[in-house]
Amino acid sequence: MSARFWIRGGRVVDPASGVDAHVDLLVENGRIAAVGEGPAGKEERALDASGLIVAPGFVDPHVHLCEPGGEHRETIASGARAAAAGGYTAVCAMPGTDPVVDDPAAVGFAVAAGRRAVGARVFPAAALSVGRRGEQLTEFGEVVAAGAVALAEGRAVRSTLLMRRALEYAQSFGVPVLGHCEDPWLAEGGVMHEGVVSTRLGLRGKPAAAEEAGVARDVALARATGGRLHVQRASTAVACGLLRRAKDGGVRVTAEATPHHLLLDHEALEGYGTEYKVDPPLRPAADAEALRQGLAQGVIDCIATDHSPRHYDEKEQAFDDAPFGVVGLETAFAVLHTELVLGGALDLPTLIERMSPGPAKVLELPGGALSPGRPADIALLDPARRWTVDPGAFLSKSRNTPFAGFDAVGRVVRTLVAGNTVWSLED
Amino acid sequence: MRRVSRGASNERKSPVTDSPAPLGKDLTGLRSLKASQIAQILDTATPFKEVSARRIKKVPVLRGTTIVNLFFEPSTRTRLSFDFAEKRLSADTVHVAPSDSSVTKGETLVDTARNLEAMQIDMVVLRHWSAGAAAFLAERIPSNVINAGDGAHEHPTQALLDLLTLRDHFGAVEGLKVCILGDILHSRVARSNIYGLTKMGAEVAVCGPRTLLPAGIEDLGARVFQRVEEVVEWADALNVLRLQLERMRGGFVPSLREYNRVFGVTRERLAHATKPLLILHPGPMNRGVEIDSDVADGPHSVILRQVTNGIAVRMAVLYLLAGGAPSAAESEAAGA
Repeated sequence: MSARFWIRGGRVVDPASGVDAHVDLLVENGRIAAVGEGPAGKEERALDASGLIVAPGFVDPHVHLCEPGGEHRETIASGARAAAAGGYTAVCAMPGTDPVVDDPAAVGFAVAAGRRAVGARVFPAAALSVGRRGEQLTEFGEVVAAGAVALAEGRAVRSTLLMRRALEYAQSFGVPVLGHCEDPWLAEGGVMHEGVVSTRLGLRGKPAAAEEAGVARDVALARATGGRLHVQRASTAVACGLLRRAKDGGVRVTAEATPHHLLLDHEALEGYGTEYKVDPPLRPAADAEALRQGLAQGVIDCIATDHSPRHYDEKEQAFDDAPFGVVGLETAFAVLHTELVLGGALDLPTLIERMSPGPAKVLELPGGALSPGRPADIALLDPARRWTVDPGAFLSKSRNTPFAGFDAVGRVVRTLVAGNTVWSLED
Repeated sequence: MRRVSRGASNERKSPVTDSPAPLGKDLTGLRSLKASQIAQILDTATPFKEVSARRIKKVPVLRGTTIVNLFFEPSTRTRLSFDFAEKRLSADTVHVAPSDSSVTKGETLVDTARNLEAMQIDMVVLRHWSAGAAAFLAERIPSNVINAGDGAHEHPTQALLDLLTLRDHFGAVEGLKVCILGDILHSRVARSNIYGLTKMGAEVAVCGPRTLLPAGIEDLGARVFQRVEEVVEWADALNVLRLQLERMRGGFVPSLREYNRVFGVTRERLAHATKPLLILHPGPMNRGVEIDSDVADGPHSVILRQVTNGIAVRMAVLYLLAGGAPSAAESEAAGA
């Protein structure tokens, strides 16, 4: 696409500015130049968006791109491509790679690999502690200067004192701490939610109390320190309640929820399907319902996929032996649109808000808005398009989705980053 | 790897009657069985009991059938019991134990399954530490799979032999009050017993320290007693589970001494019963911990009869899964 073109005929839904109207967008030099009625006539270059939703590109605050060390599962390049196929224009890559992203060189590697990739922009998070060992803080100043947008341990920080220090020290650099809020002792060894289904199946459970205690602790620390805490993949009703009260009390806390925790529950594990083995575990239906309410009300600020690619043979094991995690980038919008928007739990602008400006604000990333001057990071969505999720067609190198065979209504049809089409359904 | 359809497997025909095999392809647990199927196994076991009482303990029912006993976890009693059951039915058997298994070399269960499939065996008896392992294997190989214990999930043949022992003693299982005592949380025997007993019309209770009772156990159909003293007044039979010694290290109970004092089945406690209680134990016993010797060796203990019944029940399961007709079991067992 040339340096200057119009996107015409679509319904622009831009929650950041409150625009929800059939207007045209002018893109110039990779940025939004104007929102309004385009000029008549055909002399201008234009992208026809009639029948489509024009949305700010989605932002995923929580993905695992597995590079370095897990290139058979995903690479930064394949992950960026898969993200683009899901309408994402920016993703935050977690540091739990091998080696761990815990120093400026490792951050620099991820930044450079992200720049080379064609697809969503890649913003790395750095580990909170050296080697993710929970002992010594990483050099926050150095990793942030190298391009890290957040600090994340990718597991519970066992030491309450270390978590306190992290929430304090991160304030000097203006980045949030992304927390796996969980009591590690209560959760230890659990492979699913502790409840009647784990009892039936004879699998070791993680009690909801593990998450509740973890969220309560970290919220208390955020309150005490004034630090900025982002609760990763909230999964319980009680955690939602804690978050609501914390926010009402002025604590600087945000939270995310995943499509699988919003749409599935622990009964899905009945047949020991390892495609449902996730961490935190799928909870009872009442928790999923509380998450959906939290999402609608803004207690949950954003959707995160926690995209966790696994090689096919890693999941083809007895349940205890299989690793946690599902991929989600290429299905998130479709499954949420089908179940939540068409199901009546959420309107489309709210879903877009939780997938774009919501997470962009949490991580202070560019994008998330279609107002003049902002990057032309755009997703074109066909809200009526019917399709069936086929993992074999994923651009991700991994296929471990719990939504295989899902009959979806609504699909991303084109994704633009800085005005360039990085993915299109028609190609 | 191709998964074997369960629906199709149920259409396996019996060579004798040309009717659908009564149990389907596999026995992975009792939860998925109907009461009529459980009754059929118990009925079929009865004629097979007599085979073990003979001087020549062998009938040619499974001649030419190859069975692999795949034990990823150590086991003496269950392994021996299956071995005797198989040999008394004239099957060819191979044992794979953890020490000589390629799992110690990092082979996954799916690779083990592929290799077994390639060796064209007929049946697998699987003991595995992971819940769901038997169903996992059953979905991936065409052979019959019998669960000999998968993690804390199920141990169906143990519950079947418990049911047979109860039925032998009381005449019927329906209406009995049976309490399972001890470490319910980690027990596959408890789960299979709860499913089997409730399906057969018994009332089931569990009793043990709250640390060893799993969440939502009531939803499986078991009532919960906090104290053994209450159980003794209520029950007709006690199934006393082994307390694994590592539970103390796990912090589930503070000491074995206290466990015996509070939850142990002792003669003093049983003296408060209004009627004699039948005592079952799946073994191996920790004498002086969950059960006192004078109870285990006492007149109401059927612990050794359980062991004897174990072979008959396993013969019945092998026979039925191989496609044998329940109605023909008597003549097959007679060697006709």
